[in-house]
Amino acid sequence: MKYVDEYRNAELARKLVDEIHRITTRPWALMEVCGGQTHTLVKQGIDEALPAGVRMIHGPGCPVCVTPLEQIDKALAIAARPDVIFTSYGDMLRVPGSTTDLLSLKARGADVRIVYSPLDAVRIAAANPDREVVFFAIGFETTAPANAMAVAQAARLGLGNFTVLVSHVLVPPAMTAILESPTCQVQAFLAAGHVCAVMGWTEYEPIAERYHVPIVVTGFEPLDLLEGILMAIRQLEAGWAVVENQYARAVKREGNRAAQETVFRVFDVGERTWRGIGTIPASGYHLRSEFARFDAEARFDVGDIHTKEHPACIAGQILQGTKTPLDCTAYGVLCSPQKPLGAPMVSAEGVCSAYHAAGRGLAAPTAFPLYDLTRSLREAIK
Amino acid sequence: MCLGIPGKVVEIRDDGPLRMARVDFGGVRKEACLAYVPEVQLGDYVIVHVGFAISQLDEEEALKTIELLRAIDAEGVAMELGSMGGEPAAEGSAAPPSGAPPGAASGAA
Repeated sequence: MKYVDEYRNAELARKLVDEIHRITTRPWALMEVCGGQTHTLVKQGIDEALPAGVRMIHGPGCPVCVTPLEQIDKALAIAARPDVIFTSYGDMLRVPGSTTDLLSLKARGADVRIVYSPLDAVRIAAANPDREVVFFAIGFETTAPANAMAVAQAARLGLGNFTVLVSHVLVPPAMTAILESPTCQVQAFLAAGHVCAVMGWTEYEPIAERYHVPIVVTGFEPLDLLEGILMAIRQLEAGWAVVENQYARAVKREGNRAAQETVFRVFDVGERTWRGIGTIPASGYHLRSEFARFDAEARFDVGDIHTKEHPACIAGQILQGTKTPLDCTAYGVLCSPQKPLGAPMVSAEGVCSAYHAAGRGLAAPTAFPLYDLTRSLREAIK
Repeated sequence: MCLGIPGKVVEIRDDGPLRMARVDFGGVRKEACLAYVPEVQLGDYVIVHVGFAISQLDEEEALKTIELLRAIDAEGVAMELGSMGGEPAAEGSAAPPSGAPPGAASGAA
């Protein structure tokens, strides 16, 4: 596939690994922000091919993982109503709430439907005027343009039976929160390429300057990650801290202006709670007052929500990068992709699912070794 | 849902006010909304997230990245010889540090 295969070239990957080894003189700790990047790193064994002392800390960029338990419990309460068709991205269905998950609710008869695009939810609402259609609008800056367009489209069509349960979070405030933490170990960031494709990277420039931390906008293929790591280490070794763009084929400094315009027409910025992390000021989107009639939280009274996390799950510390799945006593024993205790084991972007799919720290090989296909590249960079 | 991948636009049509496309991802075809990439034409490559194209791929930049990666060995040798004085190899990609901080990301756009 064009723009994919050439960034998985084993020979070039080997060269990049060698170059990283050649220029590294000290230990460094880098954080890849996005869960998609975590999966590539773990899948290809890139983190294990780095020089001794160079550590990749996995960031909180898994939208499913940071959606707060309270919002999931609200989703479950709304989806259980007989008048509701509850629509969601597929990743959310198996995320554990306090007592159940959307998939179990669906098995018990609730009308829960997976949509590929939020426009599908709008179509379902238009086709079912006698039902309430609710869309679970979660994600980072990457899904915000799509979710915003769904609301704008519902407004244009005058749909009175469409609402969204919004749980949108933003990357730069989370990076700032990580840097402000007294236990912060992160010395450089690989910023999430697709978040920057939407928002550009100007928001990261003051962060790089204020905290003196290199930030490299990085793509998702193996060579992208290796080049992003190389660029970040070059800066660290030289004592620099600026924003650089590794992912120039997809990201412009100003981002996607048309997408930003729709996002800011529908949403404004406000405080959000992140699962496992806590409340961060100005870290997410809320519907603007002009679109308040599309707010599912206002439409449906869900009563008191009392959240309860599984006591064995350390997802919060894993999301903050202070622990890895290998530090968790439940990992691979009580918790697996088939029976997840926490969101990072569910999502295709979760750290725990990445480790599990690669068979890391497991007594027996995984039943479905998802990552065997990529062995040639892994062998090349070992 | 953040796992956007590049695909080729193989069909474009209007669906009311929204410009829609069929996008081919290595043989798998999916629908995508082009509202945020109004300049995209048939045959262009786009990155699609949850049914929306959020970025058009820049072929020139893509080639530049690969060329820079291929040149790494040569750069390494030049660095060892101490001949990298002040000339960055290129902006925005795998250019090694020269005498001054890299031109941030500004040159890469």
